[in-house]
Amino acid sequence: MKLLTHNMLTSNIIKGVTKGFPLGIQPSRVEVQEVDFNPDFITRILPKLDWPALRQAATEVGHGDGLPEALPESVDGDEGLQKMLHNILLQVEVLEGELVCPETGRKFPIQNGIPNMLLNETEVS
Amino acid sequence: MKGAQPTFSTPDLSHIKSADYEHVYEPAEDSFLMLDALESEYAFLNQLQPSICVEVGSGSGVCITFLAQCLGPSAFYMCTDLNPAAARLSQATGRQNNVLVQPVTCDLTSALEHRLKGQIDVLLFNPPYVVTPSSEVGSRGIEASWAGGEKGREVTDRFLPSVSHLLSSKDEIEDMMMTAGFQMTVVNTRKAGREHLSVLKFTRVT
Repeated sequence: MKLLTHNMLTSNIIKGVTKGFPLGIQPSRVEVQEVDFNPDFITRILPKLDWPALRQAATEVGHGDGLPEALPESVDGDEGLQKMLHNILLQVEVLEGELVCPETGRKFPIQNGIPNMLLNETEVS
Repeated sequence: MKGAQPTFSTPDLSHIKSADYEHVYEPAEDSFLMLDALESEYAFLNQLQPSICVEVGSGSGVCITFLAQCLGPSAFYMCTDLNPAAARLSQATGRQNNVLVQPVTCDLTSALEHRLKGQIDVLLFNPPYVVTPSSEVGSRGIEASWAGGEKGREVTDRFLPSVSHLLSSKDEIEDMMMTAGFQMTVVNTRKAGREHLSVLKFTRVT
């Protein structure tokens, strides 16, 4: 699971959970896998990100060092920052661990890099 | 002749064992019709410059992988399936073809819907459409890939309101989608035995 994927997941599918975002990450296996750098993609994906959630997730998986508290309006021309974003969005891979609902503590397993967000029938909102 | 139309090869599926197809839907006529539709819509899709593409119910992952091959790494490709074996196979199919496909095991787009509201540039959905008893809908195994329940539309009907408010017969779909601000185009159709398959394309016009 890339942190960009994590940035799009919510647990408000659980009955009674209103926001369910961001999910906590309790990683047990994290790797950095090389992905080709594409600055154009980084620029276009930025408006769709929730930065505080991404920063928190990166910290939880041990890759939060040096990330700014707020993102500048544009990252054009700042290759250092673009590469840092590329790394945490696409290269850091959470292979094993758990996602944790911020409101109920309900855990969702991550196995082989795939988060499993399935609920039991009794939990569905 | 459309000279500028590039062609793309079907994703390599040689990593899939026949035993996998006991758990996951094997790409068939409907899947390949979708690939043909994506290929014929390449110019349209490419000029959209999508950044987030999502396939709902990706099964073997052949469609989202093909889309990623066509459009390249300037977009992020996610897919969902409520069958965990399908999510794993979608991931493997992406890897086999050197594209990044990010699966999430969940029902339709449930766990993504809140954050991806208004954010998905390309959404693929090849719903289970076979008419079956309602009781067969809702499995998390291979049956989920075809069991469409009553009129073959139960899963489609449950999903489309989250895209917009739609559906009944094709013409009615078109009317309802127009009311909701979408234009419908029939990209291609094919007869496959007694099935009449169509790939419909919806684009926002308002």
